[in-house]
Amino acid sequence: MATDLQNTWHPIAASTDLVKRHVYQAQLLGREYAVWRADDGYVNIWENRCLHRGVRLSIGINDGRELKCQYHGWRYANRTAGCTYIPAHPADAPARTICNNTYPVAEASGLVWCGEHATGDLPDMSGFESVTALRGLPVNAPRDMVIEALGAYAFADGCSAQTDEHGVVTVTAADGQAVRFFVQPSDSNLSVIRGVLNQALDGAERIAALRHHNFLLDVLRSQVEARAAELETPEPMTPPIAKVSADLAEIPPEQEGGRTAELRVQVVDKTVTAEGIVSLRLEAIKGQLPTFQPGAHIDVHLQNGMVRQYSLTNGPGETDHYTIGVKREPDSRGGSVAIHDSLAVGDVLAVSAPHNNFPLRRDALHTVFVAGGIGVTPLLAMARALNSQGLSFEFHYFVQSHAHAAFRREMGEFGDALTLHKGLSPEDTGAKLRDILASPGHARHLYICGPGPMLEATRGIAADLGWSDEAVHFEYFKNTKEVDDTNSFQIELARSALSLNVPAGKTILEVLRENGINMESSCEQGACGTCRVGVIEGEVIHQDVYLNDAEKSAGKSIMTCVSRAASDRLILDI
Amino acid sequence: MSSPKCKDPIALNLWYAIAPLEEVLDGKVERSILLEQPIAFTREPSGQIAVWSHDGDGARPVGASLPVQERYGYFWTTLGTPDADIFAIPEYDEPDRRNIHAASFGVNASAPRLVENFLDMGHFPYVHTDILGAEPHTEVKEYFVERSDERDEILATNCKFWQPMASRASSGGADVDYIYRVPHPYCSVLYKSAAIDPARMDAIAIFIQPITQESVRVHMMLSLLDDTSTDLDIRLFQQTIFGQDKPILENQYPKRLPLDPRAETPIRADKSAIVYRRWLSDKGITYGVIPAAA
Repeated sequence: MATDLQNTWHPIAASTDLVKRHVYQAQLLGREYAVWRADDGYVNIWENRCLHRGVRLSIGINDGRELKCQYHGWRYANRTAGCTYIPAHPADAPARTICNNTYPVAEASGLVWCGEHATGDLPDMSGFESVTALRGLPVNAPRDMVIEALGAYAFADGCSAQTDEHGVVTVTAADGQAVRFFVQPSDSNLSVIRGVLNQALDGAERIAALRHHNFLLDVLRSQVEARAAELETPEPMTPPIAKVSADLAEIPPEQEGGRTAELRVQVVDKTVTAEGIVSLRLEAIKGQLPTFQPGAHIDVHLQNGMVRQYSLTNGPGETDHYTIGVKREPDSRGGSVAIHDSLAVGDVLAVSAPHNNFPLRRDALHTVFVAGGIGVTPLLAMARALNSQGLSFEFHYFVQSHAHAAFRREMGEFGDALTLHKGLSPEDTGAKLRDILASPGHARHLYICGPGPMLEATRGIAADLGWSDEAVHFEYFKNTKEVDDTNSFQIELARSALSLNVPAGKTILEVLRENGINMESSCEQGACGTCRVGVIEGEVIHQDVYLNDAEKSAGKSIMTCVSRAASDRLILDI
Repeated sequence: MSSPKCKDPIALNLWYAIAPLEEVLDGKVERSILLEQPIAFTREPSGQIAVWSHDGDGARPVGASLPVQERYGYFWTTLGTPDADIFAIPEYDEPDRRNIHAASFGVNASAPRLVENFLDMGHFPYVHTDILGAEPHTEVKEYFVERSDERDEILATNCKFWQPMASRASSGGADVDYIYRVPHPYCSVLYKSAAIDPARMDAIAIFIQPITQESVRVHMMLSLLDDTSTDLDIRLFQQTIFGQDKPILENQYPKRLPLDPRAETPIRADKSAIVYRRWLSDKGITYGVIPAAA
């Protein structure tokens, strides 16, 4: 047969095999697949091995949104197959490039279809508009031998069989009933007969038809297997295992460079979710959006040339779109106003892939979230991840009034864990925070995001009440500190043995870029942490709001977009 | 012996534990397989253990015998001519320890995959849930790994992992200290805080007997500071732990350990495994592994 089997579609399961929260094991041309349906209906077909240590993902756990490996609990997202969490290093965000191998998927005629490099249309199914899928029947014989035997299949009076050039066998009876067979080439000596009837049956009729065909196919199987046993068994296929990318083979992974907007997304929905706040649903124009982790943000390049950072609010496994929340800030430089007033459904935006500098630990015994106003967005994604895993948390959301509370529908999932604090004065807010933070303790973690003054107050109260720096995690919207850039100093780059002068009026980041060093950055105002680099020697004037006090006094890292040297020179670990 | 099926001279020239001494009975011939070579053994009237290779029927060709040593409660043999003695486990000879053969398990996995699993702490909360670990205490803290060329072994120290029942004396969880040694490509020894004396450590060793490249028997030896538990309780505990690892090991693909650094995705917690893979590569071992392309 002239068919190039790798480039064509084959059924690898019946739709009914993909039971809720199950992971089905399939095989095609020697390669094993883990096939699972997420709760949103999407069918994932992945290579059946965890990228970490090769354990079959078909023995993993489908939680409806993500697939969790049994061996070390690594979690992989619906659709993207990107790794979202590595429990052995709970404080780190996994490298975005840790992504399982995915394969083309289609679902039609009661069957799930795949092909290692399948493109083009599924087989023509005219005459089979409504169908009943038969039980898949594995046969220990090569595909061609099974196709040949199906040419003599008869299930009723006056059957005639036709085999097309792709090996599809259609058997039609005198009364017009027909069955179409596809033979799935699992391996060189293993095939699965997958048949569909040309009528939709249910109840007793369906059971009777399934039994009838199963009996006949079982007889056919015995005959074919007896014939195959007389021949020399072909060697099993050994599909190559793709290598992981070079940067993942080394530790730690390398940084990617630049403030780039590599993705094009379309605004599919724009909804007012609260007073002065819109939520935007962004979908990829082409292909799959990259994996995000809770706490991640994207850079949005607006039509007026501005670049703004917005946190993703998505829950785990919601990988067919990004949702962001934008508050109208009439007094700011105009990014949010442009989104509120000018951006319309259907518009295309350039956005960056998600950065995660605000990672969520999932090894806490209890997690406390304190959100103020629009600062709710990253914490919403975090709490949805903990909620989905059944981990303990409480969510405190401080708003001006009920009407100012955004994303209420999503927060409905949290039940009693959610407390809305409405219209409190700064004094009352402080008193409330003292209550909330009264009991720091072993493996309790606090995440804060909100307006600057509230964030400062919360951090102060937490420190007062005995929360350690390591247990308090925060993200500022923006750096409101006045940045002083009047001094000049030398920087030495330890790894590239380069020495550069940073003059007054220029940032370290700008000087690095001018000298051809490709640095990743995002907010460029000392709030997001993307441009952080290690300091080997020298004193730093920290002007960012990303590092906590312990990190600042340790002096081991610097935000190159705003911070400067206190000494004559700095030696940087780049 | 006809020419061996295993062509790896390094694997052929190693010592292997085959059976616990108490299972080698007077005059009774038992069969086993080492590196695909059928072997048989018995205890002779003199009390000595005799081991020989055969063609599948167990019959002992006249004069045929393989080297034998008794060590750590097992007899060891080799199909080649080892240039090093069996590695030392000094704790075995301390007078106040109990040395116990815990189990011999058959596993359809390669020997190096078992060694890596033995070195791995990250799986405790997921595979040995509520025994050696429990969510959400999943962090693998930084530890040290060194490779001693002088002793030709790998040593991982300062390993700590949170355990729900750190010892019989404690009511809650706590960090437990571990030290790991890999003194033989297919053997490993771990030391962990002893229940009755925190200043000393229990030793647990695995001695792997490769049957083929992708199947093994693993012998587990314990050298404990414990004067209260019965042998049966200790064995059942270890067999529970091993029974949890076995289905994971048998579902790893490829079964042979890939030595190409880009075959799998290591993280910091896997430092000891990375050093182990590099050590195997540098030795040039080929049995039970997929060598990195030159």
